[in-house]
Amino acid sequence: MTDREQSTGIAVDSAEVKHARKRYRAERRFRMYGVAAIAAAAGMLALLVISIVATGWTAFYQHSIALDVTFEAKVIDPKGGRDPSVLARADYRKLARASLRKLFPDVKKRGDKRKLYGLLSIGVDQQLAELVAADPSLIGQTRRVEIYASDDVDSFLKGFIDREAPESDRRIKDKEIAWLDKLETDGAITSHLNLRFWTKGDSREPELAGFWGAMVGSFFTLLVTLALSFPVGVLAATYLEEFAPKNRWTDIIEVNINNLAAVPSIVFGLLGLAVFLNFFGLPRSAPLVGGMVLALMTLPTIIIASRSALKAVPPSIREAAFGVGASELQVVTHHVVPLALPGILTGAIIGMARALGETAPLLMIGMVAFIVDIPGSVTDPATVMPVQIYLWADSPERAFVARTSAGVMALLGFLMLMNALAVILRKRFERRW
Amino acid sequence: MLDSETNSATIADPKVVCRDVSVSYSGKQALFDIDLDIGSHQVTSLIGPSGCGKSTFLRCMNRMNDVIDGCVVTGSISVDGVEILDDEIDAVQLRRRVGMVFQKPNPFPKSIYDNIAYGPRIHGLVRGKDELDEVVQTSLERAGLWEEVKDRLLQPGTGLSGGQQQRLCIARAIAVRPDVILMDEPCSALDPIATARVEELIDELKRSYSIVIVTHSMQQAARVSQRTAFFHLGIVVEVGETEQIFTNPRDERTQGYITGRYG
Ligand SMILES: Nc1ncnc2c1ncn2[C@@H]1O[C@H](COP(=O)(O)OP(=O)(O)O)[C@@H](O)[C@H]1O
Ligand SMILES: [Mg+2]
Repeated sequence: MTDREQSTGIAVDSAEVKHARKRYRAERRFRMYGVAAIAAAAGMLALLVISIVATGWTAFYQHSIALDVTFEAKVIDPKGGRDPSVLARADYRKLARASLRKLFPDVKKRGDKRKLYGLLSIGVDQQLAELVAADPSLIGQTRRVEIYASDDVDSFLKGFIDREAPESDRRIKDKEIAWLDKLETDGAITSHLNLRFWTKGDSREPELAGFWGAMVGSFFTLLVTLALSFPVGVLAATYLEEFAPKNRWTDIIEVNINNLAAVPSIVFGLLGLAVFLNFFGLPRSAPLVGGMVLALMTLPTIIIASRSALKAVPPSIREAAFGVGASELQVVTHHVVPLALPGILTGAIIGMARALGETAPLLMIGMVAFIVDIPGSVTDPATVMPVQIYLWADSPERAFVARTSAGVMALLGFLMLMNALAVILRKRFERRW
Repeated sequence: MLDSETNSATIADPKVVCRDVSVSYSGKQALFDIDLDIGSHQVTSLIGPSGCGKSTFLRCMNRMNDVIDGCVVTGSISVDGVEILDDEIDAVQLRRRVGMVFQKPNPFPKSIYDNIAYGPRIHGLVRGKDELDEVVQTSLERAGLWEEVKDRLLQPGTGLSGGQQQRLCIARAIAVRPDVILMDEPCSALDPIATARVEELIDELKRSYSIVIVTHSMQQAARVSQRTAFFHLGIVVEVGETEQIFTNPRDERTQGYITGRYG
């Protein structure tokens, strides 16, 4: 080693070498800490994702029980008028139960019968009603219909209920297992993608509960948020940055905007409750009010991001535009704002992503209500994705655990989509001067 | 402040007449009672050490100081006999007639075509695309850039070399048909070859425009200008024929500066 160092002509004394070694050691150690920190962070993230996916993926498929249902005219439409309102109100449960009884004629005791009927989701009447509504000629015929299994049966079929466990600890008893085994060997148990999750609103019954209502609610809420906070935020930032005189008032405004960005979100919820609901009397649980509250919360973020994007536009561009005789407004609208737009949009998207995941302020204005219908406008009662997740996480049924995680996955998916959009914008329009 | 012995601040046929021009930034005075005439169809160069107020003076002539907070300009500046420091005068109109080229080439991050077309568009100087195309072409031709860029007009102006960018900025300035062109150290960011081309261009342009150029290079001032003003600590120490300033300066501060004793 000494030879080599000698041959390159670098004189070395041992103290210098020792010192250099020490420096290299310190550098290696520092790098190791860095790698360890990243590994820890990545590990925790992976743990989170894995645990969510592991509990949530089963919510994306669901079991049904195929039954030969006879659509008896005397049950569905005794008068024969085919009146849609009569068809909708008929006792379809009776039909499904009759089919079950036919399959299991030995079941006689009342308690057992109730258990037998309990294999099916109580959504069965709705399911059959929809079939008849779509095709009234079914009345009088017999059809094989796949009826949703109840959430306990679904959990059992997915393997969450251990059949070896003592009967008293199981929500599915021995008799029910025997029936299900028979249905299984008959090929009557089917599993399929859980389309309800993506197309329906909430329900008390996990097997019927969907996330779509919350997704639409989030969409309407964010629409209101964006429509309010983006123009107001960009205009405020542009005015403050480009037109406002720099004096004590603008300093005070600046400080307050920064403070506002740090206010806990629930405070905005209280404000919304006091002002929008109690004072202005706007509808409770509506995306309109939720969006307004979230707009207040997002506004400082957008203003701050927009101001720094505007600041980053080099003064030489402004000078160039002034130099050829552009007016102040033209300089701003033709040059400065377009150049700052990627930064502004990135800030807006990040603000929106935060608003999308926000729960606390929406609880204050009643968006936590149990809502089955899909909202059709910004004034319909609605809930949003994170609140739906919160509601499901609070429900005792086993099957809601998987749906909670599935909801989290959907929400994270949207968040990642938005952040990816922000990154793409930033990359695409990065520094064009 | 006219000292007729050392100064020939007034000339016979001036384009721009500046009298008692003082400028202060937030109360701190940067220019003191400047008297200076800018001749028609000739190049006037402003020289002097850094921070003496050359740029500040230049920016008075197209009121670019208006956009600086706290900057106050007093005195009188007239272009073709019209007082431009008057509040009545629209700075936007003025800047069409008094164009500016900056130290660092600053093309808009748009296409070469749009760089030139922007000025005529916002001032409504052209009607229709054909006329605009023509203005773009003549401006680029006058700036000596047409041959180099005629096949890439739609490519970004920022993709050109530094020298080409500066000539693009000159073309952009002349596209709005100004009378006066102000140039603030237009070659300080360019290599010698690009500098030579811009100097040639300036020599060419003085036939059509009155040009004021700030430069740190004595040689450049000597090469391109007919009149030279020497600024020092916010005043004009000496102004006269370029030839006379460089060969026979009357003030010892001028002498010191051009012989490189300070600056
Ligand atoms: N925007 C400004 N704000 C405050 N002071 C300025 C500004 N621009 C220039 N000054 C001051 O005015 C004086 C003259 O500057 P400048 O005209 O840029 O000099 P030069 O171009 O001759 O180097 C300097 O003292 C400088 O500090
Ligand atoms: Mg300068």
